[in-house]
Amino acid sequence: MAQPQHSPAPAVDQNTVVSMRNVNKWFGQFHVLRDINLTVAKGERIVVCGPSGSGKSTLIRCLNRLEKHQDGDISVHGIELNNDVKNIDEIRREVGMVFQHFNLFPHLSILENCMLAPIWVRKTPRAEAEEIAMHFLTRVKIPEQARKYPGQLSGGQQQRVAIARALCMQPQLMLFDEPTSALDPEMIKEVLDTMVELADDGMTMICVTHEMGFARKVANRVIFMDEGQIVEQNEPEAFFNNPQSDRTKLFLSQILGH
Amino acid sequence: MAKKPIKSASQRANVKKTLSVAVDPQVGFVRTEPAPLLPPPPSEGGFTGWLYKNIFASMSDFGSFGGATKSIFMGFVTLILSYFLVTQTLALLDFAIFSAVWSDPKGLEREACWTVEQGGALPAGWHAACWPFIQAKAKFIFYGAYPSDELWRVNLAYLVGSVMLAWVMIERLPYRKIVGALLLTAYPVFATVLLTGGAFGISTSTIGVYTILSLALITMGRLGKAGYVSGALGDLASVAGVCGWVVILFAAVLAVFSVDFSLEAIDTRDWGGLLITLVVAITGIVASLPLGILLALGRRSDMPVARFLSTVFIEFWRGVPLITVLFMASVMLPLFMPEGVNFDMLLRALIGVTLFSAAYMAEVVRGGLQAIDKGQYEGADAVGLSYWQSMRLIILPQALTHVIPGIVNTFIGLFKDTALVSIVGIFDLLGAAQSTLADAAWSTPVQGLTGYLVVAVIFFIFCFGMSRYSMFMERKLSRSRNR
Repeated sequence: MAQPQHSPAPAVDQNTVVSMRNVNKWFGQFHVLRDINLTVAKGERIVVCGPSGSGKSTLIRCLNRLEKHQDGDISVHGIELNNDVKNIDEIRREVGMVFQHFNLFPHLSILENCMLAPIWVRKTPRAEAEEIAMHFLTRVKIPEQARKYPGQLSGGQQQRVAIARALCMQPQLMLFDEPTSALDPEMIKEVLDTMVELADDGMTMICVTHEMGFARKVANRVIFMDEGQIVEQNEPEAFFNNPQSDRTKLFLSQILGH
Repeated sequence: MAKKPIKSASQRANVKKTLSVAVDPQVGFVRTEPAPLLPPPPSEGGFTGWLYKNIFASMSDFGSFGGATKSIFMGFVTLILSYFLVTQTLALLDFAIFSAVWSDPKGLEREACWTVEQGGALPAGWHAACWPFIQAKAKFIFYGAYPSDELWRVNLAYLVGSVMLAWVMIERLPYRKIVGALLLTAYPVFATVLLTGGAFGISTSTIGVYTILSLALITMGRLGKAGYVSGALGDLASVAGVCGWVVILFAAVLAVFSVDFSLEAIDTRDWGGLLITLVVAITGIVASLPLGILLALGRRSDMPVARFLSTVFIEFWRGVPLITVLFMASVMLPLFMPEGVNFDMLLRALIGVTLFSAAYMAEVVRGGLQAIDKGQYEGADAVGLSYWQSMRLIILPQALTHVIPGIVNTFIGLFKDTALVSIVGIFDLLGAAQSTLADAAWSTPVQGLTGYLVVAVIFFIFCFGMSRYSMFMERKLSRSRNR
């Protein structure tokens, strides 16, 4: 019987932001993540792609405990991810997440959305939190919307606010769960530009997306997932020009075909 | 843009053959100037628009035979309903205002409202309200058997409460939050002392014990926070700290209750009428909302113990009628209490009503919690907020706003359910009014109608007022979110 094939796991050192070792997850009977091994170093930009249902969103949601993994070890920024609430809280402080459907808080203004976490989690004084919020809103190029409510903004603007909100906690790692999938095509560019700028500033990021142009431009590594396992990972040029696995080739032909 | 009509047979044949790929040179079109922006037709805007939409909507379709029949039919129905509306309203106004007897200068009592057939002065067939009856009984209806020299205390409690409430409700005033907090904490203590006379004779040693206990709990909490206790004990320490603050507030309240303000002590058995209705309703409303929220959160909790206890509480209190609760409280409870412990009757009713209402409130709030998109919970978690922080800052503000209609509905129902306390011998507004109907000095054919009319109007004022305020709150909250 052949030995089970483990995906490679490079050595862990103090530069490692994410370390996942032999991670398995089940939703009831369904084995949704199989033998995941992944190490992300500081400043790396990872793009995760794959067909729907392949477990890519589940993978990154495990990193901030929005989903629980049943087997294997995950550690973020040296902190082990287990059932200890203190660890989970610490990790969530260092990990920012941007969702497909924005998940902005509709009853608070844009500025309040961004100020909320620094005030209540990092115990930042209000004036300082406001400064930080305005700084990041300026960085995502919508400072003039600060007093408005999320319902009054376009999709692209809302997603940029979501990015600013995550940045206000000054995290070590940013997770993007299909950030542009719910946007009209005219607005995708403004959000991707923001993410490219973020990458250029050295933010460690893991991005689940179908935007292959973005992957080519920004990613250090592209990971292809299918049926809960990492099928192939490589540098973008090698990945797109010379896919090794048949499944990767099939996926790329479907996604790049049109 | 209109297509050019196809004339020749050969063209027709051609179109038939190539229908799926019809290439009509007339289809190409480029707009060079914007289409004019015109005002809407009269059926849409202004007063005529309002009339069309709200009054004549179902009566103006004469385009077809079916539509015309329906329109005429709806027109008749409108006329008939309007007739009933107008006649009934006029009849009510006539009974209550136009034909009513307003004063009894000669002190005739019931004879002031008698017709000539009965021996009075009013014309035969007269049938309207007898207001002197209400004037004579007003004190009993509004205050019950409260001693007349001490009514100033009730009025003062009403005045202070109304001023504080108005302060909290009016937008422009400053310090609304502080006044609101005082209204929920200091005012009940103030009102209790004022209305009952205070001086409950709680011994200094009891207060001392509670104070020392609370200080111990608070110290434990502080130690836990500072990190001297870790792990599960640390969580227990922080819970102890919170309990400590609750206990010290309780001790402070006990201390205030034991001070002698030299007010005459008035037993709650002497309270009655509107006073009782307001005390029971307001206490029930104010206490059941936070308790209901906690139960709803408990029922949705991940902790099995919290979930089990909350579910049992809710299902039990929803499963028994309020009348049964009140009976049990008044009859059964003394059997379970140790010798000599005499729970105040009104207090028993208050506790029963509050717990009953909290169970209903819990389900209303749970509906709101379920309606919140899962993404909101995830967004709050992802940004690092703790469970209580995310509930307080993100989830509950949205959930409670969603279910304002349900919450106010429960409040209004509770307000009217307070009438049930008359079953256990407490004279609420309705009970007081009913007992005045037994007074033979005012016996007239309209005595009952007048009394019940007054009770109905008072209930309507409070319930409709709550309803209107809730509409105002809903509009204000939806505006700020621009939904």
